[in-house]
Amino acid sequence: MLDWIEIIVRSCIFLIILFLMTKWLGKKQLAELSFFEYVVGITIGAIAAEVTMGLERHIVHGIIAMSIWTLFPIVIGLISLKNKNVRNFVEGNTTIVIKDGKVLEDNLKKERYSIDELLEELRSKDVFQVSDVEYAVIEPNGSVSVLLKKENQPLTAKDLQLKVRPIKEPQTVIMDGQVLNEPLSTIALNRGWLYEELEKIGVSVDNVFLGQVDSYGQLTVDLYEDKIKVPSPQEKPLLLASLKKCQADLELFSLLTESKEAKKMYNQNSQKLDDILKKLTPVLNDS
Amino acid sequence: MLKMTVASNVKQCMVSLKSAKETLSNLALKSSDEQTKRTFHESMIEVEEIISDLQRRIGQLEFEEPQYKGK
Repeated sequence: MLDWIEIIVRSCIFLIILFLMTKWLGKKQLAELSFFEYVVGITIGAIAAEVTMGLERHIVHGIIAMSIWTLFPIVIGLISLKNKNVRNFVEGNTTIVIKDGKVLEDNLKKERYSIDELLEELRSKDVFQVSDVEYAVIEPNGSVSVLLKKENQPLTAKDLQLKVRPIKEPQTVIMDGQVLNEPLSTIALNRGWLYEELEKIGVSVDNVFLGQVDSYGQLTVDLYEDKIKVPSPQEKPLLLASLKKCQADLELFSLLTESKEAKKMYNQNSQKLDDILKKLTPVLNDS
Repeated sequence: MLKMTVASNVKQCMVSLKSAKETLSNLALKSSDEQTKRTFHESMIEVEEIISDLQRRIGQLEFEEPQYKGK
């Protein structure tokens, strides 16, 4: 067989084998969580390259070597799933380097991290002062994870005891002018509803580049024509405004009426509406 | 004269509430979050109670001043 034909054949075979093996190894290999996985990835590639080009080597030898290099990490991965000790040995442990805002020099030395490298890693996490850190560890893959002291952490709604509206993931229902049926049915809506909503904002499906529905069933669209302005959803702000007006009206009625019974009824209902408003405001307020 | 304005105002308010109720039930159907769904649904039921109270009051007003009925 001619050399160049053989190279073509081998390339094709090893491309397919490599593709299948990397699929089989899974996502963990891609994440390169441990040094071992990193080396395994490189080696498998190197063997494939070596056997593709080195025609004096037998093709079966290459396949055997690659299978073993693939099989071994898979077996070790399975064992370490079951056994914590094996896992620690294979994947390594985390090392605490900062605790209570104090650097643990011994652990740093054990991992052969200089203080400069530690500072660099902290800076990449936007931490410039070691005393801001409550706790930091070196992960098995060499990166540093940082827990800031509570006062240095970003403020959250929980800290403010703020009531926020719960959200679910939005669904993309129109892509490139095509309606996607599956996401629509996940949120229990149909094409009829979608066309109706599109008519409300005055655009046709063909003009929509991207359309998404949020967890309140509101449709937002991005058009091919960027100059056309699309109205933002008005349903919720309108509802809030009209409820507020009704509440004010009820209060007014209770002031105007002469009948005691009616006054009481108006007052009660105004109070009731006020409670409803309190409940709905965090849900209806977009900003 | 005053009474008539009140009756029609109450009616107007009731109609707005009715429309709000529809919007609430619509939102309850469309929302995908369970808790939000419940909030909308509960609000809808409470608004309905207010509407029926107002309807009763409108009936009273119309009974007292039958000449303004149907406005």
